[in-house]
Amino acid sequence: MSQYAVRPTPASPTPPGGHLLEVRDLHIEFRTGEGVAKVINGVSYHLDPGETLAVLGESGSGKSVTAQAIMGILDSPPAHISSGEIRYQGRDLLGLPEERRRQVRGKEIAMIFQDALSALNPVFPVGWQIGETLRQRLGMSRADARRRAVELMDLVQIPAAAKRLGDYPHQFSGGMRQRVMIAMALAMEPKVLIADEPTTALDVTVQAQIMDLLADLRRDLDMAMILITHDLGVVADVADRIAVMYAGRIVEHADVRSLYRAPAHPYTKGLLESIPRLDQRGGKLSTIRGLPPNLMRIPSGCPFHPRCPYAQQVCVDVVPHDLVLGDGRTSACHFAQEVHDDRTH
Amino acid sequence: MFRFIVRRLLQMVVAFFGTTLIVYALMFAGQGDPIQALAGERPVTAAQRAYLTEKYHLDATGVGGFFYRYFDYISNLLRGDLGESLTGRSIGDILAAAWPVTIKLALIAIAVAVIFGVTAGVLAGIRRASIFDNATLLLTLLVLGIPTIVLAPLAQYFLGVKWQLFPATAGADPDFYALLLPGIVLGSLSLATALRLTRTSVAENLRADYVRTARSKGLPNRRVVSVHVLRNSLIPVITFLGVELGNLMSGAIITEGVFNIPGVGFNLFRGIRTEDGPLVVGIVSVLVVVYLVSNLVVDILYAVLDPRIRYE
Repeated sequence: MSQYAVRPTPASPTPPGGHLLEVRDLHIEFRTGEGVAKVINGVSYHLDPGETLAVLGESGSGKSVTAQAIMGILDSPPAHISSGEIRYQGRDLLGLPEERRRQVRGKEIAMIFQDALSALNPVFPVGWQIGETLRQRLGMSRADARRRAVELMDLVQIPAAAKRLGDYPHQFSGGMRQRVMIAMALAMEPKVLIADEPTTALDVTVQAQIMDLLADLRRDLDMAMILITHDLGVVADVADRIAVMYAGRIVEHADVRSLYRAPAHPYTKGLLESIPRLDQRGGKLSTIRGLPPNLMRIPSGCPFHPRCPYAQQVCVDVVPHDLVLGDGRTSACHFAQEVHDDRTH
Repeated sequence: MFRFIVRRLLQMVVAFFGTTLIVYALMFAGQGDPIQALAGERPVTAAQRAYLTEKYHLDATGVGGFFYRYFDYISNLLRGDLGESLTGRSIGDILAAAWPVTIKLALIAIAVAVIFGVTAGVLAGIRRASIFDNATLLLTLLVLGIPTIVLAPLAQYFLGVKWQLFPATAGADPDFYALLLPGIVLGSLSLATALRLTRTSVAENLRADYVRTARSKGLPNRRVVSVHVLRNSLIPVITFLGVELGNLMSGAIITEGVFNIPGVGFNLFRGIRTEDGPLVVGIVSVLVVVYLVSNLVVDILYAVLDPRIRYE
């Protein structure tokens, strides 16, 4: 069993039909030769039709691992899902046999990755790679798959799509490559799109274009989206809700506006304060002191306590539960209300 | 690509003249009296000596004389005349008889490497750290560790002589069955290398990001492995096998020697042993061309297999 207490279900009410996608108290370990790393320690979040959830956190906080668990593409070994549920339209995906699981992948829930250059197969033309899903999964003919691939490439605004069908991934620019990746993910019109740091590998100007494209596509195709990122700046315009992850747990969960206005977890506060701001030029940029914890030796109590300016003895001794704040948001901090009300920083 | 091929062909011309010059120099530099060597133990009359001196331009001495004879040889070579061996046979005829045998042997060896090496390599790569993987590691290390000069006689003794599963020697004009055991022995080394290479390449590609993408598209595992992983993994393997086929075509001195197969390596070895200068230089000149051409083919093949490779 985990050292963490089972936490109450998240604050927002469950709609009558249940959530579209729901992760419940997920625990994942990486079992390696050096020991067991507790990568995910009781993550719960949900996604409703048509909304965008941003999952925010540093490298190693477990945001990508959770997404890969939803997709069922974790490498196991070393990954091992020790407990929890991943419910899609009411069914627990973790209980399904692999063949049924595979049917969900791409068709119901699709995923795009950070680095499109390595995520696309280097030796096949992009048209072939987009069409492969259609031919293999939907049984389309070669010609139909080609036609549909051009449509999809048009949809993601790749210029001269028909001409570029035969080009290889390395012949595209970074932004265009990510568009190919998106076109591929959209091939079977999924209901959920998971975007794992889709703009991290791109130039700043291109980042904005890709984020706009994703937001537009999400709206036009009526998908729900999980946007995984470590960049708070990317999130603000696109997301409805934000889940902040630290050391394999969700430390704060709130709608975008209230989280930006008044963060209720010291970690979120630290993240917001470490964004450079034009109105504070010349001042010293604040940072979060220390390093993320070693997941093989997660600190006792609140895993953030060694780096936390609010830390007291209770933080070392007791794992904080999700505290529900007045406006329907949660924070896993003993001093959530104090942090929320503290405007000195 | 066209410019690349032209440049490589020009480089091949330089490489060809360079290697033939070196081999020619080495082979004839050590000889005392080439006319006596030609005659063997028999006495040479003054008239014969004068005729041969005239024929082979032996009157010119020193560096100038050497280059005179070298260019004489090369100009014959370029006209397709490989000259005669010291035994008086046309070297062209010797090679025409020897090469088909060597090619058959090389093809058997490559087939063994592909069928067993690549297949086992793919399985070992997929089931990394399994019993099968470790067993193949042990076996390949063993094969790579035993030199052919030991492996060939052992195989000949046990499989050919003692248990009589295969003919112990091939002899003149050997059939497929007679070449099978030598082919396996010759191929075992390529097999071991191909297996290790395939195994590493498959294991590495299985961890690649594009494999995760292919899985997230909901493709069945067998398609992910047999199309996405294999297509990438086989690029270095096919390149290796191409180079290896080029090597094998130039004959296997030890294997052909042990099993008495009248191939290119067998004749080359005989030429070296009997100090048959013209035969050695003739065979090596042709081998150089075979080797250069096979390398060019492999380079072109590499660009065909991997679209990221572009030659300027």
